[in-house]
Amino acid sequence: MSENIVDKVTQGDYKYGFVTDIETDIIPKGLNEDIVRLISQKKGEPEWLLEYRLKAYRHWCTLKMPDWAHLNIPEIDYQDIYYFAAPKSKPSPKSLDEVDPELLKTFDKLGIPLEEQKQLSGMAVDAVMDSVSVKTTYKENLAELGIVFCSFSEAVKDYPDLVKKYLGTAVPYDDNFFAALNSAVFSDGSFVYIPKGVRCPMELSTYFRINAKNTGQFERTLIVADDDSYVSYLEGCTAPVRDESQLHAAIVELVAHDRAEIKYSTVQNWYPGDKEGKGGIYNFVTKRALCKGDSSKVSWTQVETGSAITWKYPSCVLLGDNSVGEFYSVAVTNNYQQADTGTKMIHIGKNTRSHIVSKGISAGRSQNSYRGLVKVTKNADGARNFSQCDSLLLGDKCGAHTFPYMDIKNDTAVVEHEATTSKINEDQIFYCNQRGISNEDAVGLIVNGYAKEVLNKLPMEFAVEAQKLLSVSLEGSVG
Amino acid sequence: MLEIKNLHANINGKEILKGINLTVKPGEVHAIMGPNGSGKSTLSSVLAGNPAYVVTEGEVTFNGKNLLELSPEDRSREGLFLSFQYPVEIPGVSMVNFMRTAVNEHRKYKGLEPMSASDFLKLMREKKELVELDNKLANRSVNEGFSGGEKKRNEIFQMAMLEPRLSILDETDSGLDIDALRIVASGVNKLKSNDNASIVITHYQRLLDYIVPDFVHVLYKGRIVKSAGRELALELEEKGYDWIKKELGE
Repeated sequence: MSENIVDKVTQGDYKYGFVTDIETDIIPKGLNEDIVRLISQKKGEPEWLLEYRLKAYRHWCTLKMPDWAHLNIPEIDYQDIYYFAAPKSKPSPKSLDEVDPELLKTFDKLGIPLEEQKQLSGMAVDAVMDSVSVKTTYKENLAELGIVFCSFSEAVKDYPDLVKKYLGTAVPYDDNFFAALNSAVFSDGSFVYIPKGVRCPMELSTYFRINAKNTGQFERTLIVADDDSYVSYLEGCTAPVRDESQLHAAIVELVAHDRAEIKYSTVQNWYPGDKEGKGGIYNFVTKRALCKGDSSKVSWTQVETGSAITWKYPSCVLLGDNSVGEFYSVAVTNNYQQADTGTKMIHIGKNTRSHIVSKGISAGRSQNSYRGLVKVTKNADGARNFSQCDSLLLGDKCGAHTFPYMDIKNDTAVVEHEATTSKINEDQIFYCNQRGISNEDAVGLIVNGYAKEVLNKLPMEFAVEAQKLLSVSLEGSVG
Repeated sequence: MLEIKNLHANINGKEILKGINLTVKPGEVHAIMGPNGSGKSTLSSVLAGNPAYVVTEGEVTFNGKNLLELSPEDRSREGLFLSFQYPVEIPGVSMVNFMRTAVNEHRKYKGLEPMSASDFLKLMREKKELVELDNKLANRSVNEGFSGGEKKRNEIFQMAMLEPRLSILDETDSGLDIDALRIVASGVNKLKSNDNASIVITHYQRLLDYIVPDFVHVLYKGRIVKSAGRELALELEEKGYDWIKKELGE
């Protein structure tokens, strides 16, 4: 009977599936050196960046797509993808009046108003559609504190030294297949620099939207927190409903200096494909943080509900002594979705600490894997790690898998791993029913209760959104 | 209020209830007693709408409605409450959140607006005192890590919150020490009125010293084989269930 309940409540509809009808500037399909040059030229980039892209492209040509993940990935024809698409409007608009009203409407519809007065107080937004940034809000207010928050393209123009210094330091262009691809063709994304001793007074956020058809999105985000600074950054994503799958291969690099702290939160809701598994985004993302400075700290929090296939492992390289890395994840898969996600914690500095909490929720015929590596190098005295990986199954046609790897080269390390697998229990649902709570609400309550430890790590406004999203992606009710 | 006629039900194809007849009127307390395996808990599960059980025959009317056609949540919203013999743990879901969802669903069913947070917390406080529920318990996840006695007390707390018309207490005394039994029973007695009714399912007469029934029924092999006043419970206590079996000629 729980089978029926779960079937019924796990058939929610994707509510961000609309397409914006807007003129798009698009370059020819396919990938070669000329395309890489064309992208760089479109963006008016300096020579050094073009060289970086070409180096990455040539390296990518020597690589093969990785196949070690617990994923069934249909063959991707990399020559059948558009690598650059931009809504046709004035580049880097100075004010909202210059932004195409269709674009404003799109983001309004997504619940991301770009008019500053309409926004949640205390949040600045960079809105990215397809390959370009549409608008960054509150830029001027932040600049007064010396904080740089702008699109990646603007950063290349306005802060070339900073970009040059940090680009590729956390994720080198030759890191992996998708990182090389991104380094060759990346389009836009956000750039953040928090100067020494500054605590960023508002949440910074980037909203990614794929709109154009057959287009890949390859954004690049770089966040640098200088000594004694603090920033909390949020990322959200959606895409229209389409029958063809689309590729999203992003890179996020974080660099934290002495005593700096970066909180990076993601609510990923790319189109997951339909109930038969048709369409959906392939989300192949490389996210890594360098905890470079002494006592620096990076927290990754992710709520992954979308995408047909997710392949991502937000990681921390704990270089500085006493640095701290955290990873809190909720990954929901439904219907035919597949997720292989987790983290890597690389302990290099002394007395470094890492904490991993992963909560997988699988429904339908989906496959949900946690894959995590805890590595303690020879000189990392006093390293500590605690990992907790829980899986919750809804129904009996889905799968949950845990692949923890440990590589410990130092005897003083203390590494702990706990894992549980549970099924949503029909007695729990009946108990809720008996108190007047419907099946859908019961599943919502139970799932949110299960994920609470992670949801609590999200900033307030986001936590409420994420709770709703969790329920919606598992329920038949559309909010 | 509740009228059960010739109710038959089975689980996994095995017939457990073989023709139950029972009428409960407002203001009444009915005790259902019987040896293990006689179908006492099945009766409460079937009335609450547990989908594991299949009703094959008979009728149940509740507040003039056909109870068997209502979903389990609508039965609850109509005012049927089951105090579970084994309350379920729901990790991560706070009692506050759980009860607020339940109370507001009940209000929605009656066409009322959701309760404001402050009114709700006030109501929780009042009802907690009524059933002497520890503050700490109300702040924890639903039944998680509660002792047996705490779980039972939490059931009565939820009953107080939802103010049901008909409460079914399924073996509420099992696993309770004498102090907990007294507290739970006094909670039930405080909630008693001329408009609501209870069915108390129990194995022992002990609970009936505290919750005094108007009627006592003996359930045996899926049928009510004997009904009488309160004195029947005492007689059963004295003579044991074998006496019933003999009377039935077994």
